[in-house]
Amino acid sequence: MTHTLAVLVENNPGVLARVAGLFSRRGFNIDSLAVGRTEDPSVSRMTIVVEGDDRYLEQVNKQLHKLVDVIKISDITRDAYVDRELVLIKVHADASKRAEIMQLVDIFRARIVDVGLKTLTVEITGNEGKIDAFEDSLRPFGIKELVRTGKIAMLRGTKSSSKNNSQKEGDVN
Amino acid sequence: MCANKLSGAQILLKSLQAEGVDTIFGYPGGQALPIYDALYDSDIRHILTRHEQGAAHAADGYARATGKPGVCLATSGPGATNLVTGIANAYMDSVPLVAVTGQVSQSLLGRDSFQEADITGITMPITKHNYLVKDTSELAQIVKEAFHIATTGRPGPVLIDIPRDVSAGTADYNGREEMNLPGYQPVLDGDPRQVLKAAEAIAGSERPLIYAGGGVVISGAHDELLRLAEMLMAPVCATLMGLGGFPGNHPLSLGMLGMHGTKYANFAVCDCDLLIAVGARFDDRVTGKLETFASMAKIIHIDIDPAEIGKNVRVDIPIVGDVKRVLNQLLEALQPRLGEAWRDKILAWKKEYPMSHCDHGKLKPQTVISEIYNLTRGDARIATDVGQHQMWTAQYYSFTKPRSLISSGGLGAMGYGLPAAIGVQVGCPGETVFDIAGDGSIQMNIQELCTAVNYELPINVAIINNGYLGMVRQWQELFYNRRYSHSELLNPDFVKLAEAYGAEGIRVTKKSELVPALEQAIRSSKPVMLDFVVDREDNVMPMVPPGESLDRMLG
Repeated sequence: MTHTLAVLVENNPGVLARVAGLFSRRGFNIDSLAVGRTEDPSVSRMTIVVEGDDRYLEQVNKQLHKLVDVIKISDITRDAYVDRELVLIKVHADASKRAEIMQLVDIFRARIVDVGLKTLTVEITGNEGKIDAFEDSLRPFGIKELVRTGKIAMLRGTKSSSKNNSQKEGDVN
Repeated sequence: MCANKLSGAQILLKSLQAEGVDTIFGYPGGQALPIYDALYDSDIRHILTRHEQGAAHAADGYARATGKPGVCLATSGPGATNLVTGIANAYMDSVPLVAVTGQVSQSLLGRDSFQEADITGITMPITKHNYLVKDTSELAQIVKEAFHIATTGRPGPVLIDIPRDVSAGTADYNGREEMNLPGYQPVLDGDPRQVLKAAEAIAGSERPLIYAGGGVVISGAHDELLRLAEMLMAPVCATLMGLGGFPGNHPLSLGMLGMHGTKYANFAVCDCDLLIAVGARFDDRVTGKLETFASMAKIIHIDIDPAEIGKNVRVDIPIVGDVKRVLNQLLEALQPRLGEAWRDKILAWKKEYPMSHCDHGKLKPQTVISEIYNLTRGDARIATDVGQHQMWTAQYYSFTKPRSLISSGGLGAMGYGLPAAIGVQVGCPGETVFDIAGDGSIQMNIQELCTAVNYELPINVAIINNGYLGMVRQWQELFYNRRYSHSELLNPDFVKLAEAYGAEGIRVTKKSELVPALEQAIRSSKPVMLDFVVDREDNVMPMVPPGESLDRMLG
């Protein structure tokens, strides 16, 4: 099962290396990881997507907790949440294909952010399914370059995973 | 306002003293010079080892023996990398260690400067936490946090890397720094509901067995453990790290379990219907084949580190918390019980499968260790290296007090014993300290004999000399068809070597010489190196072959 973790960490140098190093040395696989500052500049938030069963996730969780720089971990997988990913795609587009590509861009509510002599650069945000579908539909034209930010996620409604909401989650006693 | 400007080096030393540090183990070098210059005027006692690895192990031995955090100090680059084995060792065995390293100035960082090494990067996986200090004004707070992290929760090593411009720079110091560790909150008290569940499981069990690990020793829970065992009439087996946490000469003691454990301890694990794991982590050297480990038993697991719960085995009743506190909670919830049938079964096993060895012919390693026990009446602090002699020490020296066995368990680092014994003797002046070593291990840090001579530390180094890397040879004999690939050793004359360092050297080749030599060593006010030339091909038995079930012991 795929799990989405919202991890609050202190915005210290090296914190990304600590988290990434932990995943690699314990043999945990990261599907995606996105990191950036939060409303509190001393705190960063990582959205980590990992694949594994409950027992595996329990170890991931507990090992992450042991890092002093990790403030709070929420596994939001089973809650209602909004997730987004931003993707830039540079696609081959000579004059004969441009109209067709621009139509696809409209259908998917993507945006053209740059126009080259023989390429178009398109920006799209959305959830994984939408982005995958868009990528598939552009593939026949020839994708020159593609970059994804990795997923970021937030709980729906008034619930939040932010620092002052609660303490580090209790241990699985 | 009257600002009290001090150099970073002075702030470091004042902060160390504020944490109660009076002794550090170290080795100077270029980027540590500002710190060493400040040490020149300080009350802190500095023990100069002969290698940085010796400093790390000595600080570790000091910490294990005294329960206080050990501190080691080294310069940047090679000084720092030489600490790495010692830091990893402290990490594996949860030893409170604070390692301070010099670093090149920040203007030179990241440029492959002379004696630059990314020691915070290197030690990330083997420290509980580490710091690269960026500003002199942060130093006092960082030292305070480092000691707090190293000594609380599950203890462990913390490294502080101090660039030269930070130690040479100045800042205000008032000694009233606040810690800022929002992500660090160890759980100390057990969840009362879990304690109740555990008490119910205990009341419903017929054959409870206590499996005691290093956490008992670290949290100082030996009295509580004794009360628990006697109240439940439950036998106690210990890991290597747990030895001394329960008196080895108590009728309920089963000694060590696992690969080189006693037969009766391993039988008890296989037969118990309730296993109470106390401050232990189900290491592969303990469990053997996981599928058959305590397969008839419910498992209660008490540990301060939540990540240990369910890491290797599935646990029925986990209790996260400090072992001493949780045992007290548990004792309150329990009723005494009589388990005479179980006790009698254990006693019968002890009678039928005692620890025994042949004592004829050549001098036997087990005889040497038994005699060290007899002569010290179990009152000595025993450091060991790693290998056959270490296992024989665990089997034949009956540890009755916590913090009396000082041994590299998790990492299994050869070369640990001698510097650790130095740290122990520094921390426990006036006590009898032994390093039981192998002829291979001792040569990995033998230069530290000079440190012992230098500081007049009367440690006794007992080399169990069989001219082999004995444990390697044993595995080659048993599993590699006696192909002794690179395990035979040509050794120096240890007696002459001891004398060259200014220590005493005594060679023992016969049983009749054993007691007089040990008596002479214990009496001596100098460091003594005893070269026990023993039977060359003796094996550590019993032995559970790797990956096998605990009840399938050889020997």
